[in-house]
Amino acid sequence: MKIYPLPKKGDQPPLLHEPYAATVRRAPAMPPIPLPHTLSELTGPLYGHNPIGETDNDLTRQHAGDPIGERIVVAGRVLDEDGRPIPHTLIEVWQANAAGRYFHSVDQHPAPLDPNFTGSGRTMTDAEGNYRFVTVKPGAYPWRNHPNAWRPAHIHFSLFGPCFITRLVTQMYFPNDPLMPFDPISQSIPDAAARERLVSQFDRDLTVPEWALGYRWDIVLRGCETTPFEEPK
Amino acid sequence: MSRLCPVPSQTVGPFYHFSLTANEALGCMTAAGAKGERIRVRIRLLDGAGRPVPDGMIELWQADAAGKYRHPADTQEKEPDPAFCGFGRLATDAAGACVFDTVRPGGTPDGRGGCQAPHIAVSVFARGLLARLVTRLYFEGDSALAEDAVLQLVPEARRGTLLARRGEAGVWCFDIRLQGPDETVFFEI
Repeated sequence: MKIYPLPKKGDQPPLLHEPYAATVRRAPAMPPIPLPHTLSELTGPLYGHNPIGETDNDLTRQHAGDPIGERIVVAGRVLDEDGRPIPHTLIEVWQANAAGRYFHSVDQHPAPLDPNFTGSGRTMTDAEGNYRFVTVKPGAYPWRNHPNAWRPAHIHFSLFGPCFITRLVTQMYFPNDPLMPFDPISQSIPDAAARERLVSQFDRDLTVPEWALGYRWDIVLRGCETTPFEEPK
Repeated sequence: MSRLCPVPSQTVGPFYHFSLTANEALGCMTAAGAKGERIRVRIRLLDGAGRPVPDGMIELWQADAAGKYRHPADTQEKEPDPAFCGFGRLATDAAGACVFDTVRPGGTPDGRGGCQAPHIAVSVFARGLLARLVTRLYFEGDSALAEDAVLQLVPEARRGTLLARRGEAGVWCFDIRLQGPDETVFFEI
């Protein structure tokens, strides 16, 4: 049977992180019980029942006109821990518009909505695990977690990978964002190198001349051990 | 060879609805003609103060009525029910609740020659949850519960938190308590 080792503790956020106030009433207090992986965990949804539409991975072409903002390409590969590509897996993204406002009734930030931008996209990775979105760079926005709190610009990502274990919901950030050190959501991850894995890199090869800046972000999902035999002593 | 490190999790936040749960059809996991007993599963998500969590997201994953997963890693010699997909996803409402249409799953292999009691794998996402929570929904009164190897790992006093209970006709009710004296059992996978 395949074995998916647990990630190192400091590489993932703890559930309780008091600087992020909403964790206080929502983080479970009891330690989780380790679950041996059964068929229920080693299988998972292969999300194929909603076909991907032609403009689903181009968030700038979902309305009649062009959205306001800095057009960007976000692309990369989805890999397992051994660097093997994860082909044909669904990626979903959502984000605020260039002014830092979500297409959502709960978002009351007094920044304008953009009639030409919803901020929701989907794509499947190709046979080599590649994905690519075209969008506008999301704006930073305020929230009420602490005085003068602002979220750094980010794009939310949702991935399934090959089974129930590999499910991941996370956020991609942009390089050199001055708000990152003050952001309790990204800073909840104890290990600095692990935090950096959430930050995309400016990429000139992805940049389309006279059209859009490019950012590369490779996404590593949990992988199974591939060495079933012990070395001879 | 050194392995790559997985990307860390981050919260789903409060603003995912227009993307992840825009398609309400994801609450219906069966099509007409699915084999087995049609059931509805009503999930309620509650915080440490016992208040409903109105901005959570629940995902379900389960086998079909014959205990077969629609996935290549399930090598049991039977075909998955073509009218059943096994995956559901809904946002919780103002009462912290969401209702899935599905079938009662069959028992599935435990990987050690035994059988697992019928259950549904549950993922919980919400603002304030920096990572997904994983739990399991079992069916109260099921004759296979006593033999289930995963339930044996759970202290007896807490096993009840993993049981859905019969509501009105055909509805199973499952409360997920994030904290408190009846905190739901969550699993590390």
